[in-house]
Amino acid sequence: MKVAVLKGGDSLERQVSLRSGARVEDALDRLGHEVVAVDVGPDLVDRLGAERPDVAFVALHGRGGEDGTVQELLELLGIPYTASGPSACMRCMDKVVAKHALRDAGVPTPDFYAFSQAAFEELGAARALPAIEERLDFPIVVKPAGQGSALGIKFAATADDVPGAIVAAFSYDTKVLLERHVAGRDLAVSVLEGPDGPEALPIVEAVPQDESFYDFESRYEIGRTRFICPADLPDAVAERARELALESYRVLGCYGFARVDLMLDSASGELTVLEANVIPGLTDTSLLPLAAEAAGIGFDALIARVLELALARAPA
Amino acid sequence: MPPSRSGARDIERYAGLFARRTQVMKSSAMRDLMAVTARPEVISLAGGLPDTSTFPAEDFSALMARVGADDAARALQYGPTEGLDEVKGPIMEVMAAEGMEVEPDDLLVTTGGQQVIDLVCKTLIDPGDVVIAEAPTYPGAAPVFVSYQADVLQIEMDEDGMRIDVLEQELERLDREGRAPKFIYTVPSFQNPAGVTLSLERRRRLVDIAHRRELLVLEDNPYGMLRYEGEPLPTLYTLDGAEFVIYLGTFSKILSPGLRLGWCAAPRPVLDKLNLGKGAADLCSSPLSQLFVRRYFDERDWLAYVGKLTGVYRRRRDIMLEALAEHFPREATWTRPQGGLFIWAKLPDFIDTTDLLARALRDHVAFVPGRAAYLDGRGGTEMRLNFSGVSDDAIREGVRRIGEVIREQLALYGRLTGAEPAPSRASEPAREAPASHAPAAEAPDSQVLPLRRKAG
Repeated sequence: MKVAVLKGGDSLERQVSLRSGARVEDALDRLGHEVVAVDVGPDLVDRLGAERPDVAFVALHGRGGEDGTVQELLELLGIPYTASGPSACMRCMDKVVAKHALRDAGVPTPDFYAFSQAAFEELGAARALPAIEERLDFPIVVKPAGQGSALGIKFAATADDVPGAIVAAFSYDTKVLLERHVAGRDLAVSVLEGPDGPEALPIVEAVPQDESFYDFESRYEIGRTRFICPADLPDAVAERARELALESYRVLGCYGFARVDLMLDSASGELTVLEANVIPGLTDTSLLPLAAEAAGIGFDALIARVLELALARAPA
Repeated sequence: MPPSRSGARDIERYAGLFARRTQVMKSSAMRDLMAVTARPEVISLAGGLPDTSTFPAEDFSALMARVGADDAARALQYGPTEGLDEVKGPIMEVMAAEGMEVEPDDLLVTTGGQQVIDLVCKTLIDPGDVVIAEAPTYPGAAPVFVSYQADVLQIEMDEDGMRIDVLEQELERLDREGRAPKFIYTVPSFQNPAGVTLSLERRRRLVDIAHRRELLVLEDNPYGMLRYEGEPLPTLYTLDGAEFVIYLGTFSKILSPGLRLGWCAAPRPVLDKLNLGKGAADLCSSPLSQLFVRRYFDERDWLAYVGKLTGVYRRRRDIMLEALAEHFPREATWTRPQGGLFIWAKLPDFIDTTDLLARALRDHVAFVPGRAAYLDGRGGTEMRLNFSGVSDDAIREGVRRIGEVIREQLALYGRLTGAEPAPSRASEPAREAPASHAPAAEAPDSQVLPLRRKAG
C-alpha cells in the first residue's frame, strides 16, 4: 500500500514531528508498504495530488497538524488518514474547548478560567483577574490554549506573576487558560482502539529528575525525566485513571489513538484530566509507544493497527 | 491488556549506554525553537555568521587552484597535530597585528576556535571543577562546559566588561569553601553575546589576579580585529607575558569559518597537554585549509580584507543601532559595541524572551533568547541580536518586527496591570533626543549590563 507520512510542518513542534515521522516511515517500510515522506508545506495539496497515496499517516504535532487543518484537507481530497477527525482535533488542540467539554460531561478537570486577547483588549477582562486569583488559589498555572508542548506554560506563585505569565502565554495563542495547580503525580494514559473499541494502555508516570516542572525540554529528552510504565499505583487508582482516559477519549470524539494526560493530586488522591493529545509523539522517547510496548504491542504492530483503523473508517 | 515491565525497553535500550555527563546536556526546547528560525522566510538576527559573500569568489578559486597545483599531495595528506609550519607564519602575523609576539612552538593549530574551548576543558576539568565565565557567556561555550560537568560560575558585566570586584568577591567565597576555579573564560573584546569590551584597567587587574592566584585564563579573541571605533587595547596575553593566559585565536571571523581553523598560544606545559588532547580528538586540522591560508597570506592582502569587513559590519552595526532607537520601546536598553558581531538587549522583567521568540517567529523574525547565554537560568528578559550576517534592509525590517511584538506585549501588560497602556508606535512622538528616562526596574537577581540608549 502507498502510505504518505505527513510530518514536519512549521509548528514549534516541527523537530519532534520529524522524529515521529521518521520512526513511522521505518515501521511502514518494515511492514512492506511504499512510503512517501511529506514534509508539510505550501505544496501539500499538489504533492498529495501527484502521489495519490492510498492512505495518509498523520505524524504532525502542534498547529496545522493537530488542530484539524490537515485532516479537513485530507477529507476534501478523499484520502483516508490516521487518528482523529477534524472536530476531535479542534476540540483537543484547544485546551479551553476540551476542558469545557470534559466538565460538561462530568469528567473532572482542574478548575479554570479562559480569556481571549480580545477580552483584555476590548472588554476590560483585567478587572476580573483578582476574582479569579481568589477562586483558584496560588500557585496558578497559566497556559496558552493551543500550544501542544509545554512551551509557554508558567506558574504564577503570586498575583504579581500573573500578568507576565499571561503575556507569555499570549505569545503562542490568542487564548489563554488560568488553571488551578494540582500538586501531584503526572500520569499519561494512552488509548488505542482494539477489536472491541478503545482500550486504555498501561499508565506511564513521568517523574522529572531535576526540574520542579515536567517541562518541554524534559518531555522529549532521555535522562531528564524518568518514565515508569506501568506506573506504580493502587489498583483502584489505576482503574479510575483508565476509566477517565476512556471517558475523555469518548467525550472528545477521538479516533484511532490518543494520549490523555492526568494529574493525581497528592493531597486529596483525586484524579483530574488536563488534556488529550490526538497526535501524541511517536519518537523513541514518546509515551504512547512506550505504553503500547508495555501492553505487548510493538511499534510496528502499533503502526499497523493505526493504519488499519484509518482504512476501516474510510468511506466505501 | 497485561502490563509488562519490558515496556521501558525502547527508551532504556540506549539510555543505559549514555555517559552520565550527557544527562546534563540540555537543549531541546531552545533547539526546537531555533530550528524554526532557520526557515528561509525568517529574518534571522539569531545567527553569528560573518558575511562570507564579501570574499571574492575568484580569489578563492585561484588560490585553491594554486594549492592543488603545487601542494596536492600534502593538502590531501595528514599533517602534524600541532599544525603545519606554513600556517604558523600567518598566525604570527595576525597576532602581531594585535601586538602579540609568539614563537611557532608556542602555537597549536586547531579545528576552529571552538576546539580550543573543548581541549582546555578536556585538559583541565574534572567533574565538579569550577570554571568562571562572564554573565552572559558565549552560548557555544555553555554546552562544552556542561559536557565536562564543570560547575560554571558566571560573573556579571557592565559596560567595561566583567566586574572584577565581583570576581574577587566570588573567588574569596570559593576560598572559604575550599575551592578554586581551574580557569576563567573570557571574551574580553566585543564580547559574544554582550558586545562589551573589558577595559584596560580591568584587563590589568584580571591578569594580576591570575598571577597572584596562579589561575589560568582562557582569552577567547575571535573579534579583536573587527574594531569599528576606539583605540585597540592590549590583549590579556600581552599583559600577562604568556604565563597564565591561554590565548584563543581564529581565522573564522577575519577570513572564513568554513576553513575550520583556529589556534591557541599557551604556556608550554599546558600546550603539550592540549596537543595530546588534540591528537586524540582529530589527529590534525585540515592541511588543505592550512595550505590555503598560507597561500592567501602570501598572495593577498589579508588586512585589506579585514578592512573591507570592518567597513561593512560598522555600517550594519550603525543601522541596527538606529533601528533599535527607532523601533524598540523606551523600556528596552541595549549595548553599543565598538566592534564584533552582536548587540545585547534587555527588556522589562515581565517579558520572557524565549516566549517572545515564539511570538516573533509568527512574524518571521528571530533572535537568540538570553537564557542561551547563561547556565544558571538567568537571562530570561535578554536577547542577542546579530548584525554581521544580515543585509542592511533585513536588519531594519527585523528590528522593526521585533519592536512591534515587544510593544504589543508591553501594551498587553499595561492593560493587565492597569498601568497606562503603552502608546502605539504610530501615535508615539519620534524620539530624536537622547533618552533621559530611567530604565525599567531591574529584577533583584538580574545582572547589570552595559545598558545604553542610542548613541547620545
